[in-house]
Amino acid sequence: MSETQPVAADLVSATSSNGNDLLRVENLVKHFPIKAGVFKHTVGQVRAVDGVSLSIRNGETLGVVGESGCGKTTLGRTIMKLLEPTAGKIVFDGQDITSFKRREMRPVRRDIQIVFQDPYASLNPRMTVREIVAEPLRIHGLYRGGEGQRRVEELLRTVGLSPEHANRFPHEFSGGQRQRIGVARALALNPRMMVLDEPVSALDVSIQAQVVNLLEQLQREFGLTYLFIAHDLSVVRHVSDRVAVMYLGKVIELGTREQIYGAPMHPYTQALLSAVPIESPTQRGKRARIVLEGDVPSPANPPSGCRFRTRCWKAQEICAQEEPALIPRAGGDHPVACHFAEVLSPFNLAEQARVRQAAYEAKRAAETAAGANSLGNRSS
Amino acid sequence: MPEPILEIRDLTVEFGTEDGVVHAVEGVSYDLHPGEVLGIVGESGSGKSVSMLSVLGLIPMPPGRITAGEASYKGQDLLKMPAKQLRELRGGEMAMIFQDPMTSLNPVFTIGDQISEALTTHNSGMKDDAARARTIELLESVGVPFAERRVDQYPHEFSGGMRQRAMIAMAIANDPSVLIADEPTTALDVTIQAQIVEVLKLAQEQTHAAIVLITHDLGLIAELADRVVVMYAGRVVELGDVFTIFNSPQHPYTIGLMNSLARVDIDQERLEPIPGQPPSLVNLPPGCAFHPRCTHSQGRAICRTDIPDLREPVAGSEHRSRCHFAEELVGLGSPVSAAVEDER
Repeated sequence: MSETQPVAADLVSATSSNGNDLLRVENLVKHFPIKAGVFKHTVGQVRAVDGVSLSIRNGETLGVVGESGCGKTTLGRTIMKLLEPTAGKIVFDGQDITSFKRREMRPVRRDIQIVFQDPYASLNPRMTVREIVAEPLRIHGLYRGGEGQRRVEELLRTVGLSPEHANRFPHEFSGGQRQRIGVARALALNPRMMVLDEPVSALDVSIQAQVVNLLEQLQREFGLTYLFIAHDLSVVRHVSDRVAVMYLGKVIELGTREQIYGAPMHPYTQALLSAVPIESPTQRGKRARIVLEGDVPSPANPPSGCRFRTRCWKAQEICAQEEPALIPRAGGDHPVACHFAEVLSPFNLAEQARVRQAAYEAKRAAETAAGANSLGNRSS
Repeated sequence: MPEPILEIRDLTVEFGTEDGVVHAVEGVSYDLHPGEVLGIVGESGSGKSVSMLSVLGLIPMPPGRITAGEASYKGQDLLKMPAKQLRELRGGEMAMIFQDPMTSLNPVFTIGDQISEALTTHNSGMKDDAARARTIELLESVGVPFAERRVDQYPHEFSGGMRQRAMIAMAIANDPSVLIADEPTTALDVTIQAQIVEVLKLAQEQTHAAIVLITHDLGLIAELADRVVVMYAGRVVELGDVFTIFNSPQHPYTIGLMNSLARVDIDQERLEPIPGQPPSLVNLPPGCAFHPRCTHSQGRAICRTDIPDLREPVAGSEHRSRCHFAEELVGLGSPVSAAVEDER
C-alpha cells in the first residue's frame, strides 16, 4: 500500500486534473483546409493539432517539445484563440472560452500573453520601444499620461533594460535585448499566463541563458504560468516542471521532467533524447544512439493507427489498426501513447539501446525490400 | 604530426559597409591536417565562416577584402591563385556542404543532373551514363532510398534531410581531400541531425578527407571534432584538442560558453550566462575584445589596453589561449562538465 501511494501521487501530478488548473484543453483539434483549383475547393485538411488534451497548473511551466510540423506552435496559438479551434474545448480559469467572440476574449487576452520566436520580425521597426511596450496598455485603455510612462519605464527595468532605451528603435538593439523588449510588452498587462513560442531559439548560446534566467526570475516574481514551446530538448529540460512530447499533431507522452528525461517510455521520446549531441567529448562513443530512419509523414495524410509507426522499430500490426490512447502503461507512472511502451533511459542503458537499434535496422531492411517492390509496381 | 594540408596565417578580412569597416576576421591562423576533423566554433559574427570562405574566394569582394595574411593548400597560395584554378579546386579537391541545401541546390535541375555536373566538370573524360551510374552509387552511399528513381527528382521533391544527403553526395563526388561543412545540421530537426551526423562520419570513412566543421553547436563539436578553434569577435581566442577545450579550457569566453549551456543529460540549478552583449565589429572594444563581458578580468587595466597574444603552448601540447591571465584559469575548467563527469 505504502509502495503504491507515491505512484498514484505521481500519476495525478502528470495528468493533473485537480482543481488547481489554470488552463485545460480537451480533445483540441485545429485543421487547416488545403484548397486547390480555380474555385478553391477544399481538397484536404492539414491536421496540425489533432485531439490534444492537457492541463497547465497555476504557476508551473509546461514544456511542449517536438520537431517541425508536430503542431506545437499551432497548439499554442489555438489555446490563446489566435487561431479558431476546429473542435474541442478550452477552459481558462474555470471558464469555457472555446466559443468566446472577440469582445468576450478581451479580458482573457489580458491574462494570456505571447512571446514570439523571432525578435527581429515580431517588433514593429517604425515604433519606438516606448510605443511598443505601451501599445497593449493603450489598447486596453490603461495608458494614462505620466502614470503610463512610469509603467513603461518600470517594465523596461524589470526585464533588465534601462529606461533610457525607451526612445530608441528595435534595430538599435541586439537579438537578446529585442527579446527582452518582447517580454516587457507581454508583461505590460500583468498577465497570469504566457505562451512562450521558441523564445530563445533565434539567440546565441550565451544570450539564450540570459533570457532563460530572466524568464525564470519573472515567473518567481509574478507567479506566472508558462506554456514553453521549443524544439530544443536541453532548454525544455531546464525550464519545465512537466513536459508534453508531440508528434504529428498528437501528444504522445506527458510527464514530469524527471519522468520524461529520466524514464521515457515512448520510442519517439527515447529516439529524440538519444539524438541530441551531448557537449562532452568524453561521452563520445559511450552513448548508444537510436537513429530514426525516414522523415516525418505529412500531417495532411497521417498514417493510420499510431502515427509514429512508419518510423518505429517496434511497430506491429496492431499499431496500424488501433490508435494507442495516452494512458499510463506497462506499470509506468505517466501517460504514454504506445502499445509497446517500456522504460528506457536514453543516457544510461546503452546496451539496451544497441539491441533496439539492431531490431530496428532489421525491420527497416525488410520494409525497404518490400517498399522497393511496391514502388516498382506503382510506377509500371 | 604530418604536414598540414591547409595553412591559414594572420588572415585579416574586412567588409566596407555604410556604418563603417566591419572587422570580420583579425589575424587568424590555423592549420588543417590530413584526415582530421577541425571544429571552428563561435557565435554569430565571430568570423568562423568568413575565415574559411574568404580564402576559397566565396566571399563577395567588394564589399569584402582580404587585407593581410596568407593561405596555402598543399603548398599552393590560395590568395594569389587565378580564379579559374581556384574554381577547379572548389568542388573537386575541396568540397563544401552548406547549412541550407534548399538555397545551395538549383531548383530547376534534377538532383541527378547537379551531381552528374559536378562529376563531369572535374572529370572531362567522363561519359553521361557513367556519370549517372556513379551519381546513383553516391546517393545510395549517403542513404537516399530508391536512389535509382530519386535521381530524377527535383530538390523540392526531397525533404530537408534528404536534400542535405544529396549535398553530401555532391561534395564527396570527386573524392575531396578537404570537406568544408558550414553549419551542416543547423536547419534540421534533431532526429534528422542525427542521421546527417552518421552520414558525415561515413563520408569521412570513405574519402579520408579532412573536415572543417564550422558550427555554433558545441554538442556537434564534442561529438565529431579532433581539434577545436574557438573564435570571438573575429579572433581565435583558444585552440587545442577537443578534450582539452571541453575539459580544461583556459579562456574566459570558452569557459563562459560551456557554463551558459543547457544540457539535455543533467539537471542544472541555474545557467550561468555570459553577461552583456556581443561587441560591434565596426567599433571593437580596445584591448581584449572580450573584456567588457569578462568576469575574470576584474577590471585589470591591461585587459582594456593591450590586445593579448595567443599564448605559447606548453611543451607537448598545442593548447593556446588568447588571455593575459590564462595561467590563472588552469584547473578551473568548466564546472558544469566536471560535475557531469563526477556523476558518472
